[in-house]
Amino acid sequence: MLEVSGVDVSHGRAQVLFGVDLSVPAGSLVCVMGRNGVGKTTLLDTVMGTLTPRAGSVVLDGEDITRLPTHLRVRRGMAYVPQGHAAFPQLTVWENLQVALEATTHRDRSAVDDSLDVFPALRSFLKRPAGFLSGGQRQQLAIARALITRPRLLLLDEPTEGVQPSVIDEIENAVERLHGEAGMTVLLVEQYLDFALRLADSFIVLDAGEVVHSGTSADLHDEGVRRMLSV
Amino acid sequence: MEALANQLPIGLSIAAVLLLIALGLTFTFGQMGVINMAHGEFIMAGAYTAYLLQGWAGEQSFLLALPVAFAVAGLLGLLLEWALIRRFYGRPLDTLLLTWGVSLILQQLARDLFGAPNVQATAPGWLTGGIDLMGVRMPYNRLFILGLAVVCVVGVWWYLAKSPQGRRMRAVVQDRELAAYSGIATGRVDRFTFLLGSGLAGVAGVALTLVGPVGPGLGTFYIVDAFLVVVAGGLGQLRGAVIAAVALGMLNSFLEFWSDASLAKVLVFVVVIAFLQVRPQGMFVLRGRSLV
Ligand SMILES: Nc1ncnc2c1ncn2[C@@H]1O[C@H](COP(=O)(O)OP(=O)(O)OP(=O)(O)O)[C@@H](O)[C@H]1O
Ligand SMILES: [Mg+2]
Repeated sequence: MLEVSGVDVSHGRAQVLFGVDLSVPAGSLVCVMGRNGVGKTTLLDTVMGTLTPRAGSVVLDGEDITRLPTHLRVRRGMAYVPQGHAAFPQLTVWENLQVALEATTHRDRSAVDDSLDVFPALRSFLKRPAGFLSGGQRQQLAIARALITRPRLLLLDEPTEGVQPSVIDEIENAVERLHGEAGMTVLLVEQYLDFALRLADSFIVLDAGEVVHSGTSADLHDEGVRRMLSV
Repeated sequence: MEALANQLPIGLSIAAVLLLIALGLTFTFGQMGVINMAHGEFIMAGAYTAYLLQGWAGEQSFLLALPVAFAVAGLLGLLLEWALIRRFYGRPLDTLLLTWGVSLILQQLARDLFGAPNVQATAPGWLTGGIDLMGVRMPYNRLFILGLAVVCVVGVWWYLAKSPQGRRMRAVVQDRELAAYSGIATGRVDRFTFLLGSGLAGVAGVALTLVGPVGPGLGTFYIVDAFLVVVAGGLGQLRGAVIAAVALGMLNSFLEFWSDASLAKVLVFVVVIAFLQVRPQGMFVLRGRSLV
């Protein structure tokens, strides 16, 4: 479904990614791993189009989208939950969801209900500005917002980072259900090895902007791979 | 005492015009992070639009001038955003200089097109005269400006708070990247924000033709005061802007009554500076850059 081939990406003058390849087959869950600052977020930003690679290509369902504007990637069925519990702080929870719905072409109101069913706790905060939510609540909102567009490919950047254990479970279960039951394709950045082990069909390990390992989750038990992930 | 009371409608109508201008400024400020120095020239464009329309269609064209000036100034703003400003997002100092340059160019353009001396549009007949309200003479033209501002403010509030396009606009101002990730065409929203903010300046320009002459320097005269309204009201706060505009408008007209126009301006400036010493964040505390 998604093919990233040989992308070089820079932040200003500093090159961060060096010839990164990534393949996400339809219906799979692929995990990107690596220590802090190796370029995981940079890779997802490139896939979503907020960063443009200097070389290489991003292909979605056979279409080259390397230079396609971000909102059109969303129209083509991609959704992104960026790192760090992103929400529009002065919009209410309801408005956060509504604004995403209004940007879609389907405008299918049931999408809001379906999203809220994933995290029912959000229903009691609908009128509250998102800036007043806790980090964990905002992360649930961020995922719900991404689901409004009924994506085929969901990108999640460290969804469990800085979230209390009970909410981590909720988020994990939600991802598991979306992938397992609804058959959604997922590209996940996750440092939390157990979560990755349980869900991922395959993974890549980044180090200093290069893919140093790629394989199936069975390899994650391998001692050498574990060492690449240790901080 | 009676003469002093007659300053009331003058002060209120100045406040109304300042509010219209400040409102538009706030819109584009949210986008660029700096004040649009060319905003004053959109006021001027609106005023000249009313003047020209009058030349072609007579004085009954006044009401028509409002939407036409909105469109003319709005399109100028849209063009400015599309051609220049969007290339400079995230570079506030460059943006500031850029809009200042555009402001100078537009003023020169007005001088070339309409000549340096002021021109005068005549107010339509139904706006001459006035009524006595509790001993205060309220001229119709000033009342009309007041009403116009109220309608615009309510309209803008409703638009931002309730409509899908307004929601989208607030989303882009609060987090541009997240807006794009949510599927919003941010470039289109940016252009639209400029259209709306600049269009309001055009409407303010039409209102100004009711109370004074039109010249190439018209915008410059009001832009500083409008900027003070934005700052004193607390950036992006509708409520703060309304209070600040009324305070500044009244202060201006009363000080003008006791001294003269230029001394009044200096005194107002001093008052605002003093106020900002006490409350640097403006009247209402700013949480992020909200528009409502
Ligand atoms: N906006 C930016 N400007 C300049 N350099 C940046 C910017 N964002 C990230 N970088 C640099 O790019 C490198 C990769 O950053 P990135 O955010 O992709 O890492 P990451 O793998 O997501 O890290 P983490 O696990 O901490 O989220 C880092 O060295 C970082 O310092
Ligand atoms: Mg990251």
